[in-house]
Amino acid sequence: MKKFSVLLGVVAAVMLLSYPAVISGLARDSGPASVSEITVSAAISLKDALDDIGKKYEGSHAGVKVVSNYGGSGTLRNQIEQGAPVDVFFSASQKDMDALNAKGLIEPKTRRDIVANTLVLIVPSDRDSGIHDFADLAGAQVKTIAVGDAATVPAGMYAEQVFSALGLTAAVHGKLVLAKDVRQALTFVATGNADAGVVYSTDARSTSKVRVVATAPANSHDPIVYPAAVLKSAHNAAAGGTLVEYFAADDAKAVFQKYGFAIPPR
Amino acid sequence: MDFISQDLSPLWISLATSVAATTITMIAGMGAAAWRQRRTGPLSPIIDAIFLLPLVLPPTLVGFGLLVLFGRNGPLGKFLLGFGATVVFSWPATVIAAAVVSFPLMYLTSRAALDQVDPHFLQAARTLGATEWRIFRRVALPLAWPGVLAGTILSFARAMGEFGATLMLAGNIPGRTETIPIAIYFAVEAGDMRAAVRWSAIELGISFVLLAALYYWTHAASGGRARWARSRP
Repeated sequence: MKKFSVLLGVVAAVMLLSYPAVISGLARDSGPASVSEITVSAAISLKDALDDIGKKYEGSHAGVKVVSNYGGSGTLRNQIEQGAPVDVFFSASQKDMDALNAKGLIEPKTRRDIVANTLVLIVPSDRDSGIHDFADLAGAQVKTIAVGDAATVPAGMYAEQVFSALGLTAAVHGKLVLAKDVRQALTFVATGNADAGVVYSTDARSTSKVRVVATAPANSHDPIVYPAAVLKSAHNAAAGGTLVEYFAADDAKAVFQKYGFAIPPR
Repeated sequence: MDFISQDLSPLWISLATSVAATTITMIAGMGAAAWRQRRTGPLSPIIDAIFLLPLVLPPTLVGFGLLVLFGRNGPLGKFLLGFGATVVFSWPATVIAAAVVSFPLMYLTSRAALDQVDPHFLQAARTLGATEWRIFRRVALPLAWPGVLAGTILSFARAMGEFGATLMLAGNIPGRTETIPIAIYFAVEAGDMRAAVRWSAIELGISFVLLAALYYWTHAASGGRARWARSRP
């Protein structure tokens, strides 16, 4: 028993001693970033392209660091509404940007449409599932369809619109595996665990493990145009504005196109 | 969208999942406890540790492990696919995840309860020529019953609360694998505070009633065996 109390004392002492170090460590991680850091909350479908563009931007703008936070646009929007320290929001839907605008959280003058995308139906590439079009999703052989959760994932919202436009909403109910973002929906199909999935064409080309079988008719969903804007709460608004302008400039455009994004007409 | 978010399916799914998972853990946990009690050797600590691992491992690790095991290219997944069954993103996946994480609680409590049974009773039964199975069923189990019941309730409550491994193995399919904890998570993610509060209240209520019942029964059981015996059907 005595041994135990000694041990307990040692543990308590270690914890107490390490407390200031832990706290300062945490503070360093979450405290205000240095002036040269730009935090971008971006739709996860932009990840590959933005990682490239961020590096390019850092190369041509000395002393600037682009910190990207990827996720479902609705999730990112919620984080911003809750006060997340973000400089630039780059959304996969107009809806989430509009919502922030309605709450006065973005600088409307900095808002720009950067890229456009298309929605596709994918299946695992290692098997012939007999799925050739959206209508086939109603068949009994299709048990699971990976889509983003429409409430937080624009790709899921667009998918829901497509199902509705094609009269498939009731037929796919109970088959939809709701993913937290579009890349998770992609993974569900790429691992073969979902029979089919609805993602952006840019996501589909990022892996050889999925095959595109159909493209959603453009008139079956809202236009998929990604807006970017600087937030009112940005600690580094000027640098954020420069970055958003850079997204729309030729250098970045070339990278976006390399990853399959379209450039919307201005 | 409304008919999906307004319905009570997460409640029914959670209850059905917990009943199925608790049935499995009850049999497996009690069986494992009875087995471990009889056979102890140099490997016992290792086996015990393996049995308890799901209690302390992060749910993400359990979920990942199950996904690797039951995934389309996993050993068990491939085997089951031979019978045309896919586990991932199906309702049985919610049962598997809940059973795995609630197993240690059932094992621990029923092991402790069986350990407390006076071995003299078992010896007496043995001298009377009863088989081991009969001794377990008619002597050990009735004596250990309060502990086994406690383990069952704890397992059920844990199964009701299972989230991480379930989400990874069963996904979120409204109307099929969307349990209450998953409904809470997605409601919070979507900023739908009303749904989050509603489901939280339901989960809280069920868990509270379960734990209160647990204490009520175990108190009754230990507070006087006669009282317990009388109220037993």
